[in-house]
Amino acid sequence: MIEVDGLTKAYGQHLAVDGVAFRVEPGTVTGFLGPNGAGKSTTMRMMVGLTPPTAGSSTILGVPYSKIPNPGTYVGVLLDASAQHAGRSGREVLHLGAMLMGLSESRVDEMLELVGLSDVEAKRRVGNYSLGMRQRLGIAHALLGDPQVLVLDEPANGLDPAGIRWMRGLLRGFAERGGTVLLSSHLLHEIEMIADELVVIGRGKIVAQGSKEELVSASGTLVRSLDLDTLGLALKQAELEFTRTATNSLIVKGTGEQIGRAAAGVGVVLTELRPADGAGLEEMFLQLTADDARDEVSS
Amino acid sequence: MSALTASPAPIDLSQGRRVRMSRLFRVELRKVTDTRAGMWLLIAIGAITLIAVTIFLFAAKSSELTYENFAAVTATPQGFILPVLGILLVTSEWSQRTGLVTFTLEPSRGRIVIAKFLAVLAIGLAAVALALAAAALFNVLGMGLANGAGDWDLGLAGARDFTLLQLMAIVQGLAFGMLFMNSAAAIVLYFVIPTAWSILFGLVSALEDAAPWLDLGTAQQPLFDESHSLSATEWSQLLVTSLIWIVAPLVAGIIRLLRAELKSA
Repeated sequence: MIEVDGLTKAYGQHLAVDGVAFRVEPGTVTGFLGPNGAGKSTTMRMMVGLTPPTAGSSTILGVPYSKIPNPGTYVGVLLDASAQHAGRSGREVLHLGAMLMGLSESRVDEMLELVGLSDVEAKRRVGNYSLGMRQRLGIAHALLGDPQVLVLDEPANGLDPAGIRWMRGLLRGFAERGGTVLLSSHLLHEIEMIADELVVIGRGKIVAQGSKEELVSASGTLVRSLDLDTLGLALKQAELEFTRTATNSLIVKGTGEQIGRAAAGVGVVLTELRPADGAGLEEMFLQLTADDARDEVSS
Repeated sequence: MSALTASPAPIDLSQGRRVRMSRLFRVELRKVTDTRAGMWLLIAIGAITLIAVTIFLFAAKSSELTYENFAAVTATPQGFILPVLGILLVTSEWSQRTGLVTFTLEPSRGRIVIAKFLAVLAIGLAAVALALAAAALFNVLGMGLANGAGDWDLGLAGARDFTLLQLMAIVQGLAFGMLFMNSAAAIVLYFVIPTAWSILFGLVSALEDAAPWLDLGTAQQPLFDESHSLSATEWSQLLVTSLIWIVAPLVAGIIRLLRAELKSA
């Protein structure tokens, strides 16, 4: 279990992470989703004690990470797959980890096999690895100590579709055996494939959290029109709540019929009218990524 | 991936065992040797030690071929490489970003610093042992091949001074590495600052008297002296300059390392 409570990190005047709070329950794979620079990595570094928080706290398995004895045997951490000495072989990287945690050498072989790195590949220097191979090595390193919790920053980055599918299976299996998984990504479709719970962060703040089903099927109707401003006024008169998206559509809390009637009342042409499905989450995410859309978000 | 319980209980801190210092030490020691750069530096130390005594065997007068002199010629070349090993043991955690792993597997950074300190001491002692062994071998060769004097009287004091010099060098390297957290900067400054400092004291005659109190190189000179009997003043000078050039950077470096934020990019 992971509990994050009001974690905040300020760099001068800039709040990189602003009062982030969430829980990750055992048995789930939770995706930590947000655009680049939203504060995902900073939050994760604070969770494992690499970055001192300005305010707030976090615990893993009920205690602050830095208080966990031999933490590698409880929490598997992968913060940056490329953060390995380019001159060491993949096997040597795992060997050092196993040595430090007090594990047998056979554990290294098991992990190499689990992530599909061959003997030949394991003997090569990490500097010659592709990003995908580094990610596999990083996952192997995180799993080395047979942990109960995984904290993975962008683990699917650099994996091909087959690799992402493999990782989904691996993490799902880990969660089904009672493990707790938190993994970050800046790609919505990637996280949709792997995670079943979502925590969405933008500009240092949590903007949404819940199960994937809840967030993806967030109720609403998507509507496009030749005259969004007039339509917006008509919707306000009809007392229908809506948000304007970065891609010039409205997500309306109302049925197609309600919207159609409001539009007909003011004679506005609709070009699209359909259930929002996952569009709500996607639009929210697009708004987070598109800085220009900042002012349109709350119109 | 063995069995996990359905609902992991909070960790019982009284049950958990910290990573033993002996393991941290062995890991840090191994990190010196398991990269190409580290391996070559170690090979270089071995090679340069042998080259130094070989050159001395053929270049020196037969009366100078003593155990003490053979040991002494290895000190300076070794002293160039040992600090670089000390520097790289720390700076690679930043330049290669391995610190992200090192400091998550052992969150107590102070214990990592201790492990690194012990590792560089061990390497320094190994280099001293190698130098003394090579000197002994070549002293025998000197007697056989070049009619060398072959005196063995290095004495405890001589061994002590030689060991002290090499350990000071590698610990100073470690300190500079922690202080600058950047391989290039630490290596360049390690060699440039003391040299520039020495030149300053050589140029300004008014500073000459103060040199043994402020310049580490000057204060270390008595350690090279054959008598190996430092006066109380000379010990004090060695202590004061060590405080300035080794202990102060070490303390500042440790403080910086304990507080530094480890970033991935």
